[in-house]
Amino acid sequence: MKENNPFSLQGKVAVVTGAAAGIGKACAQRMAYSGASVLLSDIDVAACQRLAAELNEQGFDARAIQQDVVLEEDWQALVAELKQWHNRWDILVNNAGIYIGGRLEDNSVEQLTRIHEVNVQSVFLGLRYAAETMQPSGCFGRGGSVINLSSIAGLIGVPGHSIYGATKGSVRSISKHSAVEFARFGYGIRVNSLHPGLIDTAMAEQVYDDFVDVGLTQSREEASAVLEQQMIPMGRLGTAEDIANAALFLASDASAYISGAELTVDGGFTAA
Amino acid sequence: MSIHCKDKVVLITGAAKGIGAAACHALAAAGAKLAVSDIDQDAGRELCEALRAEGADAEFFPLDVCDEQQWQHCMETVVASFGQLDGVVNNAGIAVICGPEDESLEGWRRTQTINSDAVFLGSRAAIQTMKARGGSIVNVSSIEGIVGDPMLPAYNASKGAVRALTKSLALYCADRDYGIRVNSLHPGYVETPLVSGALAKLSEDDANAFATRVVASIPMGRMARAEEIAQGIVFLLSDAASYMTGSELVMDGGYTAR
Ligand SMILES: NC(=O)c1ccc[n+]([C@@H]2O[C@H](COP(=O)([O-])OP(=O)(O)OC[C@H]3O[C@@H](n4cnc5c(N)ncnc54)[C@H](O)[C@@H]3O)[C@@H](O)[C@H]2O)c1
Ligand SMILES: NC(=O)c1ccc[n+]([C@@H]2O[C@H](COP(=O)([O-])OP(=O)(O)OC[C@H]3O[C@@H](n4cnc5c(N)ncnc54)[C@H](O)[C@@H]3O)[C@@H](O)[C@H]2O)c1
Repeated sequence: MKENNPFSLQGKVAVVTGAAAGIGKACAQRMAYSGASVLLSDIDVAACQRLAAELNEQGFDARAIQQDVVLEEDWQALVAELKQWHNRWDILVNNAGIYIGGRLEDNSVEQLTRIHEVNVQSVFLGLRYAAETMQPSGCFGRGGSVINLSSIAGLIGVPGHSIYGATKGSVRSISKHSAVEFARFGYGIRVNSLHPGLIDTAMAEQVYDDFVDVGLTQSREEASAVLEQQMIPMGRLGTAEDIANAALFLASDASAYISGAELTVDGGFTAA
Repeated sequence: MSIHCKDKVVLITGAAKGIGAAACHALAAAGAKLAVSDIDQDAGRELCEALRAEGADAEFFPLDVCDEQQWQHCMETVVASFGQLDGVVNNAGIAVICGPEDESLEGWRRTQTINSDAVFLGSRAAIQTMKARGGSIVNVSSIEGIVGDPMLPAYNASKGAVRALTKSLALYCADRDYGIRVNSLHPGYVETPLVSGALAKLSEDDANAFATRVVASIPMGRMARAEEIAQGIVFLLSDAASYMTGSELVMDGGYTAR
C-alpha cells in the first residue's frame, strides 16, 4: 500500500457518538485502526473507557467522554475536550440513536418526542457544533466530514417503524440541506447520510421483539427467518463492521467529492 | 488494515482515458491486478506501460464493449492470463449533448448501444465468469441516470437504464447465492475527455453557456477530478463493501442533493 493512501485517517481527529456498543463501537475501532485519534462518546462512559484503554494498549489513540447527545451542554463540553486534546476536529459520526417500535396507534406523543430528541436533536446539535468550529473561521477551521446514521427506515416503510422511520427521514433530509448549505458557503464540510439495513447489534434484537409485539410474527425466531429469508436478498444481517467500513470511506479523503449523498448498505434490501 | 483490493483481478472497460484510466491507477495503488480494456488500443497499451512502470500487474485486452463476440473472447483471455476474475467495471461510455428535437434515431441508438446495451453484455459476461467464486460488478451510470438534463435526453435514458439494470442484477445474483455484488456509480460532472469532447462539438458560446450552467449548479462549485471518482470504484470493488449490493454510490459534489 502506498503511503498516500486516500482511505487513511492519519492525523485526523474523529468523534463517534454512541461508541460504547454496536455500530458506533465498530466505527470507533475502524477509524482508530485507520490512524485517526478517536474521541468515544456515549452515555455509557464506562464502556467507552474500556474501549479506549483497549485501543491505547494496541497502540491507537483514543479517549472517552461521557455525553448525552440530547444535551447542548454536553456538546459544548465535547468541543472543549477536543480543544484541549489535539486542538483539532475533522470527523463526526452522529451514530447514537434509539429504537422505539409499536403499531402507530399505540405510540404516544411522549415516545415521539423522546425518539426525536435522541435521534434528531442529537444530529442537529452535532451538525451545529461541527459547522461552527470546523468552518474556515471556526476554532478548528479545517473543514471536515460529518456522517449521520440514518437507516433504510428513512427510505422505505416497515411495519412497526413509523416513529423511528420519521426520525431517520429527518436525518436524511437535514443531511442534504446542511451539505448543500455548507458547500455553498465554502465551509469545506461534507455531510452524508448512511443507511444501514438490519445490522446484528442490540438494536436488531429489539426489532425482532417488535415484530412479535406488533403481531407480524409469532416468535423472534420467525421474525429473524422472515427478515433474513424474505426481506434481505443477501440472506443475512449486516455486521457493524460492514457499516464501519462505509463510515470510514465517507470520513476519508477518498470521498472528497461526496456530499449530500445517501450511502445505503443493506444487502440489497431496498433494491427490491 | 485499510480499504484495499489486494490481489483482486479487475477488468475495466473504456479504461484508456478519463475515469477508467484514473481507476486503473487507484486500483493499482490499492493492490489490484488490472485487465485494462478499451476500443482505443494505442491509448490502452500506453496506459498499461505506465501502470507497469508504477509496479502494477497490468495487461491490455482490446475490447469494443458493443461487440458480443469480443466479450466472450476477452473474458477467456483475461481468465487465461490471470487465472481468475474478481471484479468488472463497466465504464466505457459516450456523451452527446443534443436536445430531443434535434436528436436522430440513429444517434439515440448509438448512445443506448454503448452506454446501456454494452453494460448488459458486460454484466452478463461478468456473472457467467465470476459466479463460481463471487466478485463485484461496478456499473458506471451518472447523476444523469437519476435526474434529467434538457440537453441530454439520450444520455439520461441510457444511464437510467444502467441504474435499474444494476438493481435487477444485484437481486438475481443474491437470490442465486453467486456471491456477486452489483452496484451503480453515479458521478457528477468530471473533468475528462468525455466532457471536453462533448463541449468541443458545440459552438463556443453554447459550450460556455453549458459549462457555466453546470458549474453554477454544483454546490461544491467545481467539477470532480477523475481521481476522486476512482476511489469510489476502489471502495465498491473492495471487501469493505461486502454488504453493499443493488446500491447507488453518488459522487457529485452535492448536485443531486439540491
Ligand atoms: N442495528 C441496526 O439494524 C440499525 C439499522 C439502521 C440504522 N441503525 C442506526 O445506527 C445507529 C447505531 O445503532 P446500533 O445498532 O449500534 O445501536 P445500539 O443500541 O447497539 O447502540 C447504540 C449506542 O448509543 C448509545 N446511546 C443511546 N442513547 C444515547 C444518548 N442519548 N446519548 C449518547 N449515547 C446514547 C447507547 O448507549 C449505545 O451504546 C443508530 O442511530 C441506529 O438507529 C441501526
Ligand atoms: N466525465 C463525466 O462528467 C462523467 C460523469 C458521469 C458519468 N460518466 C461516465 O463515466 C464513464 C467514463 O467516462 P469518461 O468521462 O472517463 O469518458 P472518456 O471519454 O474520457 O473515456 C471513455 C473511454 O471509453 C472508451 N470507449 C468508447 N467507446 C468504447 C467502446 N465501444 N468500447 C470500448 N471502449 C470504448 C474510449 O476510448 C475512452 O477511452 C462513462 O460511462 C461516462 O458516461 C462520466
